[in-house]
Amino acid sequence: MGAQLRAVRRRIATVKSTAKITKAQELIASSRIIKAQQRARAAEPYAREITAAVEAVVSRSSNVNHPLTTEPENPTRAAVLILTSDRGFCGGYNAQVLREAQALTAALAGRGVEVMPFVSGRKGIGWHRFRDKPMAGEWAGYSDTPRHHNASEIASALLDAFRRPAHEGGVDELHIVYTEFVSMLTQRPVIHRLLPLQIVEATERAPGPIPVYDFEPSPERVLDELLPWYIESRIFQALLDAAAAEIAARRRAMKSATDNANELLEKLTRDANKARQAEITQEISEIVGGANALADAGRS
Amino acid sequence: MTLQVRLVVPEGEIWAGAADRLVAKTLDGEIGILSSHTPVLGILAAGSVVRILPQEPTAGGGWLQAAVGSGFLSVAADRVSILARDAVLGSHVDRAAVRAELEVAMGEADGQATRADYLRAQLRAAGEEA
Repeated sequence: MGAQLRAVRRRIATVKSTAKITKAQELIASSRIIKAQQRARAAEPYAREITAAVEAVVSRSSNVNHPLTTEPENPTRAAVLILTSDRGFCGGYNAQVLREAQALTAALAGRGVEVMPFVSGRKGIGWHRFRDKPMAGEWAGYSDTPRHHNASEIASALLDAFRRPAHEGGVDELHIVYTEFVSMLTQRPVIHRLLPLQIVEATERAPGPIPVYDFEPSPERVLDELLPWYIESRIFQALLDAAAAEIAARRRAMKSATDNANELLEKLTRDANKARQAEITQEISEIVGGANALADAGRS
Repeated sequence: MTLQVRLVVPEGEIWAGAADRLVAKTLDGEIGILSSHTPVLGILAAGSVVRILPQEPTAGGGWLQAAVGSGFLSVAADRVSILARDAVLGSHVDRAAVRAELEVAMGEADGQATRADYLRAQLRAAGEEA
């Protein structure tokens, strides 16, 4: 077998095994995406109820004076929570979210606000380590199936930082950067400001005015307890959304990798056939040439 | 008129349905909810039991009991939501496992008080004295 043919066949084998791996990854992602979407959907009632409850307290007392809702006079430091994935093989997923985070960091720096990154997901942590960027907090190991206690841990660290005064390493603002699951084909990095609190209007809510509630024990106490829960719930929602987005991004990346590999295989097979045919042609012409030479030698 | 009750935790819905009556314990004390109750938003006592009288009779008959770790109760226009970080229906409690965990939690005197309260509530919800 000629050297060229051998080289082409070896490449075919490599590409075939790559295609097998990416195909398997694609199938795994396809089966997980449904689970991830179900988890995100299952978490919705809780998020909706807690948002409704926060709205109820805030609407009742128009001048809510709570540390978590007061705008600081001139913010000096901001925490940015970045949600990335633990594993690669998901196309531009992490690159996109990190780019968005960098843009936010630059924008905040332009306003004279120092940024403290809090990072979730091994890829984001690695990105920061490689660039020697210090992180104020890091969490990893759950990016495709986040549990509520993961969100609790993150929320308590962030709320701690928020409650501390700025000169003790506290922050005045809290932003979150993550990837939103729009559809199987589209995932979009988004930035939300979590603190100071902006109450996001629930998309679905009961018609009519918000009822006038009695509070037990008191509106202040309820708000005190409720707001951290609300932040936690927002972070949990973001984690779940990011997980669904990650898996969808992985599925798409693996699908196009498999398609590319198959395309490449077709081309390589053609090359291999050409090389084989060239070899045969060469052998025939060698034999014919040899026979002719012998015949010529016999005649003279 | 009946109450539309929802018992939700961050990862899903524990129970939802129509009920005639509901009894819970907030920081201010026991509160019973019937139809047309005035809107209330309260903090549930940690490690308490919420009792619901469903409209559809349950298998065991009568009250449905759920242990709640910590949470909120919100009532408005006959819609009752119980938001809890942890909650479990009494009928789903694995008594032996909970009792074993309670022993451990009681052993570690400090820092485990709320956990122990929740475990005790689970036993109570399952119909035991604890």
